[in-house]
Amino acid sequence: MARNTKADVVVVGLGWAGSLIAAQLSHGGMRVVAIDRGPRIDPQTDTPLTVDPDELRWSSRKELLAKPRDNTLTMRNTLDQIAVPQRELGILELGGGAGGQGFHWAGMAWRFTPWDFQVRTETIKRYGMPRAEDGELQLQDWGLTYDDLEPDYDGWERIAGIAGKAGNLRGKVTNEGNPFEAPRSRDYPTPKLKTLRMMEIFNKATSELGLNPFTIPAANVSEAYANPLGAHLAPCTYCGFCQYHGCGNYSKSTPQTCVFPYLQKEPNFKVISKACVTRVNKAADGRTATGVTYINESGKEIEQPGDIVCLTASQMDNVRLLLVSGIGKPYDPLSSEGVVGRNFSYQTVSGADLWFEGDKINPFIGAGGLGSQIDNYNGDNFDHSSLDFIGGAGILTLSRGGAPIAKTNNLPPGTPRWGSGFKKAYSKYYQNHGVLFNQGTSMPTKHGYIDLDPTYTDRFGIPLPRLTYTYSRNDRAMAKFTKERAVEIGHQMGASHVAPFDFAQKPFTTAIGASNHTIGGAVMGADRSTSAVNSYLQAWDCPNTFVIGASAFPNNAGYNPTGTVGALALRAARAILEKYVRHPGELIED
Amino acid sequence: MKRRELLFRAVAVVTAVVANRTTHGEEEGLLPKTTRRDGVRKVLTQGQEEILKAVFDRLIPGDELGPSASGAGCLDFLDDQLAGGYGEGSTIYRDGPVQPHEEQMLQKAQFISTPRERYYFGLKALEAYSLKTDGASFADLQSDRQDEILRGMETGKIELGEDVNTKGFFELMLTNAREGYFADPCYGGNKDMAGWKMIGFPGARYDYRAYTERTGQELNLVNVSLILKG
Repeated sequence: MARNTKADVVVVGLGWAGSLIAAQLSHGGMRVVAIDRGPRIDPQTDTPLTVDPDELRWSSRKELLAKPRDNTLTMRNTLDQIAVPQRELGILELGGGAGGQGFHWAGMAWRFTPWDFQVRTETIKRYGMPRAEDGELQLQDWGLTYDDLEPDYDGWERIAGIAGKAGNLRGKVTNEGNPFEAPRSRDYPTPKLKTLRMMEIFNKATSELGLNPFTIPAANVSEAYANPLGAHLAPCTYCGFCQYHGCGNYSKSTPQTCVFPYLQKEPNFKVISKACVTRVNKAADGRTATGVTYINESGKEIEQPGDIVCLTASQMDNVRLLLVSGIGKPYDPLSSEGVVGRNFSYQTVSGADLWFEGDKINPFIGAGGLGSQIDNYNGDNFDHSSLDFIGGAGILTLSRGGAPIAKTNNLPPGTPRWGSGFKKAYSKYYQNHGVLFNQGTSMPTKHGYIDLDPTYTDRFGIPLPRLTYTYSRNDRAMAKFTKERAVEIGHQMGASHVAPFDFAQKPFTTAIGASNHTIGGAVMGADRSTSAVNSYLQAWDCPNTFVIGASAFPNNAGYNPTGTVGALALRAARAILEKYVRHPGELIED
Repeated sequence: MKRRELLFRAVAVVTAVVANRTTHGEEEGLLPKTTRRDGVRKVLTQGQEEILKAVFDRLIPGDELGPSASGAGCLDFLDDQLAGGYGEGSTIYRDGPVQPHEEQMLQKAQFISTPRERYYFGLKALEAYSLKTDGASFADLQSDRQDEILRGMETGKIELGEDVNTKGFFELMLTNAREGYFADPCYGGNKDMAGWKMIGFPGARYDYRAYTERTGQELNLVNVSLILKG
């Protein structure tokens, strides 16, 4: 097998996590080789302003996404079922090029709450053991606290230029942002975005209900911005073509806009694109990675040796690579033993579609991450003593864009879907539709996990990941509760039609995208018997391997994951530079 | 003929039809390929097109709100889509075995057949059904009867046969008709941006910063396409 020159660090997957790790480590003097299965794509070359505002190509055909033909999974709800392959796009919306999902994402840029990192401890403390251990849930802490991660949240927000307004500055609630957010050391690097029509209606109604609306922090920069890596971003123009699209205007924070300009000038960095890593190689001791094997564009198998391996592929691919490479003990759902594949969670979504009469929402004005939210019913921000669940949801409304093909599905129940009746209804309601989206927490269960499928393989003959999962009783109760809150808000907003929805009412499916936030499978923790990586994302059983991404979350919060992925990547990079290199091959001690 | 000459010809056709600026040419693969509107088909046969025109124009009929699907170019759109990667199902995971419970487990039909194949078998089955029940081509039925058959396909009351997922085929046609009506006109449908004008979508605009403060107002913006100005 062909063999490349050895690197100090091999980075597998050049999305947000991989590019942040690569930038920090190469800046720190380490020789980094990143390998990505996609081609290199660039906002100005591949999605310039003359090409980007094209709903059919990017949103309907999803040309920026990895193809299910090349990257898919199989799924089942319960252990006794035979899993089936996902043949068309569903919840896996992986990036088709280097930059990963960070290129086509919408841009909601959150921090999690302190509670999200310590759900088990806090639930026992506040509500007692039976709530934490109901026989189905498998709660466990992250092995770090919000305060541990705060400097890296701040670091990521600076690199991405996040637009927002602090709600809690060093412990002082500002009354301008999210009053429920945890203390932050600094305000956001760019001001919050504009308040558009649907947000205006939402803000008024939720205030009347005694709730606390605020503008969602977004990776769509609100003014010209230069980041600490020397990259420059331009103000968002609210064109409304963001999610699934590129941004040739350099307004959406992506690895390409925020990190690649630095990497391109960094002599210690090299990228191998159109190359799919198929496994991590191990030394005879069984606990040292020697590098990775990949298959290049022409089908040739090549070895890339390295002293450190950072798995920064998608959540699902990180888990699959660990399973294929035999790193960490695979999870057994019957005994709850083993760590790789453990604690899959998702995003529990309910909400309501709303229609108004005679308004002018002008939905086409928008930005991917733009909307208003209330956190009064998120996480543990409200008392669950008399409720039968833990967790909650951020209830938000969107001003994201006017997608005229997609919105043909947004008509009041009972409206004709075709014929002159459809045309009449769509003419009226295109300007009068809004949504309340409850982005809910997702708690891991004993039977929710990932292993390798016994039947289906990818084009290289490697088993597809098999996902076994369905919504827990806890999460179903949470989704129902927040759905009822959304209905109340919808009526207060003056909607003529309020049509609630609740994805958790039915069994889970990968084919219908409530969200693309897949979580867990290589979770972090302080206890190596229940986690695959420690709080620095270092594999317990293979100390020179770091596994970074949403695969590390032991449970999901009621927020989008990217901010936490970015912060964890910076934390891992700091740990490698400041701690690991002094004692290579050993577990990092606190 | 050399590749450059071919490209030049393509540009000439586009320019003649849209009578406006086009940035086609050297950067093939980057800019969207503009669909020909000259009625020359790459995939659909004349017989298929007659049935499809009847279906599409019941799904989106011409009325005071705007042209019919075929009047807006949705058949040009569909033929072009079926001729390319979409029609070939180039993104689909097609490995077997196909499990009998795939649709039940995923709560959504999964297809290993391509959209092009699904149209081929679907239209054939629809025509056979029409000839059997009504003794006439679907295209020649009264519009009320056409609606009745389409509604039967939509709701699952009518099954066109074992080769066809009838409900899935109805949804495919509805999706493609809507796409043609509301996609950028460069793809052959949405002629004169009629779909966008009907609902008040201004199109492929770059900058709304001048309008972000004017919430709740009628903005009367001129429609803009990727290659057309209207």
